[in-house]
Amino acid sequence: MTVNLMTAKEVTKKVLNKEELFILDVRNESDFQDWKIEGENFDYLNVPYFELLDGVEEIIEKIPTNKEVLVVCAKEGSSIMIAEMLSDAGITVSYLQGGMKAWSEHLEPVKVGNLNDGGEVYQFVRIGKGCLSYMVVSNGEAALIDATRMTDIFLDFAANIGAKITHVFDTHLHADHISGGRMIAEKTGATYWLPPKDATEVTFNFQPLEDGNDVAIGNTSINIHALHSPGHTIGSTSFIVDKKYLLSGDILFIDSIGRPDLAGKAEDWVEDLRGTLYSLYKELSKELIVLPAHFMIIDELNDDGSVSEKLGTLFANNHGLKIEDETEFRKIVTENLPPQPNAYQEIRETNMGKINPDLDKQSEMEIGPNRCAVR
Amino acid sequence: MESTKLLDAKGLACPMPIVKTKKAIGELETDQVLEVHTTDKGSKNDLTAWAKSGGHEILKDEEENGVFKFWIKKG
Repeated sequence: MTVNLMTAKEVTKKVLNKEELFILDVRNESDFQDWKIEGENFDYLNVPYFELLDGVEEIIEKIPTNKEVLVVCAKEGSSIMIAEMLSDAGITVSYLQGGMKAWSEHLEPVKVGNLNDGGEVYQFVRIGKGCLSYMVVSNGEAALIDATRMTDIFLDFAANIGAKITHVFDTHLHADHISGGRMIAEKTGATYWLPPKDATEVTFNFQPLEDGNDVAIGNTSINIHALHSPGHTIGSTSFIVDKKYLLSGDILFIDSIGRPDLAGKAEDWVEDLRGTLYSLYKELSKELIVLPAHFMIIDELNDDGSVSEKLGTLFANNHGLKIEDETEFRKIVTENLPPQPNAYQEIRETNMGKINPDLDKQSEMEIGPNRCAVR
Repeated sequence: MESTKLLDAKGLACPMPIVKTKKAIGELETDQVLEVHTTDKGSKNDLTAWAKSGGHEILKDEEENGVFKFWIKKG
């Protein structure tokens, strides 16, 4: 029997096509409980590789013979070893190339839609970690919003469609992942915009992004309108693109809302969060298509792999937008919050330019789900 | 801390630090101490979980210049 290699891209395809897959995750139990590859029709068995050093006999009967089997570990070394042992026992299996590190870093570009006067919006789905980045393209120019640190993917994508990146935005100072915004701006000469209220401790130069700023991309009729929408952070800013899309950052997601505690005390920002969601967003057109900066669960993906929904639909269905009682709202977003993202303070300091960890350290800091929402 | 044996697993990637640790501890008697040096960042969690499931005890661990050191008492 042979051991096959499966790439993160191939696994992503199985997630989006809702295919079946049996995942033998050989990381230790706590890592598996914390974060795993999610798929609607995926089944799992978690047995740490170090429990299998004497042989795989005890798990063989637990591995189905009628499904494709993928062995997964942190970086790939242990999954190759276990896959070879299973193969020697007569089972055909694959291992995940690059392990969960590669899974965390894989980006899947999906076209979200067209702009009224020519141009497109693309969403880059970081399927393993749940981060969403955006590229707005018009007339040979591109703007990037909330780009992750896998900068080559954005640069190559823009080059392939013949667009020059001219503006780079972050909706807020991220706490769950390292922003690629600054590096992309340095490489392309684009303007890097940050909300100044989130950037008081930033060590590099940036263009302050203020409420009401309009930035034209390519064609003058395509504009990106900034809307100060605090609550997740004090500076959190949303964008209305071409009067059609609402890029909501970490304020509003498809099935949840932003948590107010990652850059300070939840109690301090709960009123801002309430104001943004229950007043500011309520005034906006219900026809706007919401494009958030994260998804939390795989159910939030549309059939084409994109993550988007009409604002009106979210006001009808998103539990976080339907809490009439302010005291109850305060309780929900300040009490019993989920654990914070891995290494979130170090990630914030990296995004401020205060520390410069090497690539290995960066990927280690970003391990795990994004955890930016409260449900 | 005194150890009966030193295992140098520096520079090795997962799963080799654990594979070698398992082999080395197999050559010791109960209550003897194996000292392991590794540079693999994942080692700490994995060695801790492995020792627990195998009935061994990690007496001490420390990090020095990127080298992770463990003292494991065979159970």
